[in-house]
Amino acid sequence: MNRKENFFAGFIRENPVFGLYLGLCSTLAITTSLNNAIGMGLSVIVVLTASNIIISAIRKITPDEIRIPVYIVVIATLVKITGMLLQAYFDSIYSAIGVYIDLIVVNCIILGRAEAFASKNGIFDSALDGIGMGLGYTLALIVMSVIRQILGSGILSFANPMTNEMIFSLRIIPESFTISMFTTPTGGFLTFAVLAAALTVYKNSKAAKLQKKEAK
Amino acid sequence: MLGNLFSLFLTACIIDNIILSKFFGMCPFLGVSKKVSSAVGMGLAVIFVIVGASILTYGLYYLVLVPLELEYMDLITFILVIAAFVQFVEMFIKKNSPSLYKSLGIYLPLITTNCAVLYVAQQNIANGYNFAEMLVYSVAVPAGFTLTLCIMATIRERLEFANTPESYKGNPITLVVAALMAIAFTGLAGLV
Repeated sequence: MNRKENFFAGFIRENPVFGLYLGLCSTLAITTSLNNAIGMGLSVIVVLTASNIIISAIRKITPDEIRIPVYIVVIATLVKITGMLLQAYFDSIYSAIGVYIDLIVVNCIILGRAEAFASKNGIFDSALDGIGMGLGYTLALIVMSVIRQILGSGILSFANPMTNEMIFSLRIIPESFTISMFTTPTGGFLTFAVLAAALTVYKNSKAAKLQKKEAK
Repeated sequence: MLGNLFSLFLTACIIDNIILSKFFGMCPFLGVSKKVSSAVGMGLAVIFVIVGASILTYGLYYLVLVPLELEYMDLITFILVIAAFVQFVEMFIKKNSPSLYKSLGIYLPLITTNCAVLYVAQQNIANGYNFAEMLVYSVAVPAGFTLTLCIMATIRERLEFANTPESYKGNPITLVVAALMAIAFTGLAGLV
């Protein structure tokens, strides 16, 4: 697989959230608003890229038997640093999703990529893989949060995380027609189920096309 | 005092159910809820690990990290303690009770990456619980997890025979069921 293909694999085909069902906890919990989704997505991109680079750099001197504890320590340190930076500069985001930032440590995406990719590939490729997978995760978060925010509150808004100033705020559905259920956990499960099913339909139709081609 | 502890138990176990309102422990929830027997096994293993890991991390935080003013190291020490504890439990069970190991063994390594364990350890500190409250909370959360997992497993055993649309087979339909369960649990919100 070449680099470009590798980079884009995380977007749809191997999307870590909808395709591989990794990192569900944070996906479902924080997608109630676009701000949180972008904050969480960026944190994951930073941690995933940095951990991929470090783990790939030390892959030759890491003893095979204790590699998982080593990975966990690297990831936990990076997560703590990210959390502290967020708390210092983006307090509004930290107060909303702080608990979930700490739990990036046990997010399967990060450890999964470390084990499956960074421990076997070079630094540059691992960094690309981290960015690609992180973007795929962010994309999934944004899609989920846009759907949930529009259906749940009718307003699509985005605020500057530094100053808390509103950048844009758009009312799409009149207030009396919103479905507040979508901001509750129930809506999270439901949105995710429908999106995952949609991706299955897409994959199945692609596989069917491929089969037809081969049959010819 | 006892009343407080009881309401804490109910809140942590049912109202703030870890899966249906906090979304922690989704991976084992989707992965292990196919059969009732394995759901019960996983649930018991999670209760045991969370209680043990909570006591360890709670002691470590107040007896070591706070006196040394190293509170910011909490995440790193907690995750290492949890990983080591799970490993230790696995070795202990393997040596002393092979039959239990056979039924629980495969789930134990999975628990390290169960976010519920780390979440409980952190909440114990963040909410400033005393020792008794910490114990109740660390039993209640995994009890809620086990309850939800078992209910889900019974539903999924029936679901096998249902006529599910092709694209919803597997995880999507499970999530739809979870959504309906979440609605039911929201109804219990006025309990305490």
